[in-house]
Amino acid sequence: MIIKTIFSGFGGQGVLMMGISLAHSAMNKGYHVTYLPAYGAEMRGGIANCTVAVADEEIASPVASEPDYLIAMNAPSLFTFQNKITSGGTIFLNSSIVKDRPNRPDVKVCTVPCVDIAQDLGNPRVANIIMMGVFIKKSGIVPDDIYLKSLETIMGSKKKGVAEINRKAFAAGFDYLKD
Amino acid sequence: MAKKVFGRPKSLKDKIFHYCPGCGHSIAHRLIAEVIDELDIRGITIGVPPAGCAVLAYNYLDVDMIEAPHGRGPAMASGIKRTLPDRIVFSYQGDGDLAAIGIAESFHAANRGENISVIFINNAVYGMTGGQMAPTTILNQKTTTSPAGRHKILDGYPVKVSEFFSQLEGVTYIERCMVNSPTNINKTRKAIKKSFQCQMDGMGFSLVEILSPCPTNWKMNPIDSCKWIDEVMSKTFPPGVFKDNTASVKKAAEGAS
Amino acid sequence: MNKVLMSGNNIIGEAAIRAGCRFYAGYPITPQNELTEYMAEHMRNAEDGVFIQSESEIAAINMVAGASAAGARVMTSSSSPGISLKQEGISSMAACELPGIIVNIMRGGPGLGNIRPSQGDYFQATRGGGHGDYRTIVFAPATCQELADLTMDAFDLADKYRTPVMILADGMMGQMMEPVIFKKPKKRIYSDDFILKGAGNGKSKFIRGLLLDVIDEEEHNWKLARKYSVITKNEIRREEHQIEDAQLVIVAYGTAARIAKGAIKRLRENGMKVGLFRPITLWPFPELQLRALAANVKNFLVFEMSTGQMLDDVRLSLQGYAHIDFHGRPGGAVPTPAELANVVARLYEKVD
Repeated sequence: MIIKTIFSGFGGQGVLMMGISLAHSAMNKGYHVTYLPAYGAEMRGGIANCTVAVADEEIASPVASEPDYLIAMNAPSLFTFQNKITSGGTIFLNSSIVKDRPNRPDVKVCTVPCVDIAQDLGNPRVANIIMMGVFIKKSGIVPDDIYLKSLETIMGSKKKGVAEINRKAFAAGFDYLKD
Repeated sequence: MAKKVFGRPKSLKDKIFHYCPGCGHSIAHRLIAEVIDELDIRGITIGVPPAGCAVLAYNYLDVDMIEAPHGRGPAMASGIKRTLPDRIVFSYQGDGDLAAIGIAESFHAANRGENISVIFINNAVYGMTGGQMAPTTILNQKTTTSPAGRHKILDGYPVKVSEFFSQLEGVTYIERCMVNSPTNINKTRKAIKKSFQCQMDGMGFSLVEILSPCPTNWKMNPIDSCKWIDEVMSKTFPPGVFKDNTASVKKAAEGAS
Repeated sequence: MNKVLMSGNNIIGEAAIRAGCRFYAGYPITPQNELTEYMAEHMRNAEDGVFIQSESEIAAINMVAGASAAGARVMTSSSSPGISLKQEGISSMAACELPGIIVNIMRGGPGLGNIRPSQGDYFQATRGGGHGDYRTIVFAPATCQELADLTMDAFDLADKYRTPVMILADGMMGQMMEPVIFKKPKKRIYSDDFILKGAGNGKSKFIRGLLLDVIDEEEHNWKLARKYSVITKNEIRREEHQIEDAQLVIVAYGTAARIAKGAIKRLRENGMKVGLFRPITLWPFPELQLRALAANVKNFLVFEMSTGQMLDDVRLSLQGYAHIDFHGRPGGAVPTPAELANVVARLYEKVD
């Protein structure tokens, strides 16, 4: 098994952190992982994105030519990557700010108004964690408890409050999907 | 019994200098050796000779030495000093080495306030390569690459290292000296000693610029060369102390302790 | 030992510090800035650790040379254009027989090029790079784990042979994160006869690269050459992957070799018997090991993220023994395993 995911959005939306948290938790689950950030000459603007590969065998290329999942946190990300997704793959859309929908009939779409949910929680900055809640539940790559532990490790346990907010945000995303 | 009043410094190897008659390098080498003896630091001194005539300094100075690529002496000296902070580290550089190809390394070592000593030989020409124009060649001075004389529009102006470096906050002590007369040679020895002492006291970067005769490339005899330093060269490069913060640094250190 | 998730650039830094590197100088350049930043942050906590952000790459390599002469384990790093600037110092360190590690996180070239991953510096790395008759050992890691292991090994070899060692990776290796386990570093073994510490009460020493006497310089060159032949005899490393039944073997290193492994997986799923020969030391190049494969395999494809540089070494190894094809993507382009698989499939048709 090998699963490749692209996380993409504006710089500042926390998309690299989303990728690192997935990679970290998959490592802790015992999988092979690679995390590859796109890097540019500019410090601000443009889209930030990263690719995470999770596999039960050695990973050859950390690049995804046909990713299984796309997490599009803004519209440019959708336009840039929607045609790379493998047939039958899933696009997770931040529907709070993306009004367009994918042009692919052969991919599944999961719309998540993650910024609105975050605002309801009183913290618009945790939209990415909410999206991760949805993604972790739907993809099933790693169990939620392993993911939450990784999230805490990555964010550092400096501020207790932050961990609590993140856990709440993750739960809100996790529970958003009714299955 | 006769008292010995003059002899070869211990830190100078028993070898005959290869330098041209009248060259200032031999004098500068000897002065460094005398100062090392006087401060009794031969065993803890590491020198960095440059590319140029003085590349062979390790043949004469009886201390540990490592040759630097052209201009890179202060970078190398920084690496040595930071690794062995209790050693006395000096770089010995010519005008092309310091003020042209190695200006960045010299400037930034000074600006970082590296606790090293730089002995800077300014003879206004590239010596080893045969008398080409140096960054310190004075206006109208003829060299093999400024055959009509250095022209301010074509060639720019002589670089005044002591004036320029003394503006840097990282620098503790800078003096420009000459080795064209016994009096001046004594002043130069004092300056070198002060520079080494400054380092031993942990006071930071110091530089001694030495106006030094190069009779061969100046196409003069040694006596005229010494006169030329007095009458011409020192008008562009006036001798003197350009910066001396040793007293205030000492005071601050005492205040802190 | 704990498995940690780190980027390639940070892994090199951590491995270096664990291996006892106590002097680092460097200048910012993408895509290796994270390594310089890592050293800035972590040298502070290492006992006797020194970090200097130098004014240029030229200054960095000379600082490192000075610190090496003074006995420290030393490293500098940069990316392609900056490595060009370091060549003067690398040549000088080779001449003066000073150990030290130079990391090149390659980007697209020539000139300023771009900041994408590339393999255009193979010639520069393996042919000496600077002036004069010398070589540097060149490691080409392909995984983050190998980055950690080879960085540690590089320090040991640099000391063993008193020579600069280069770690040649690319922007992808530098930026990518993978889980890594840091092995226990070996104890530093080396003779400190050449180190300058001040003469004490003894005889003074000097280290020099200028030998004006022709016979002295010739003798020094032969001495270096003898050292390089010992290295060639003892230090070659390579990986052979699925070559037992291979009809066609891809020769690739670093990131290109990873892509090749992906391609091989696809090709084998379609019944094509393709293997990989991956040089881990680019110099010394595993020439005889590659030639030995030609006893059974008659078709080789060299795949590089360049217009064909390692290709020269493969030709020296295989010319007259086997057929050699080439596929390259220079300038920062990173091909996919699918693309390479297509290229190989077309060649494979002709093999049967």
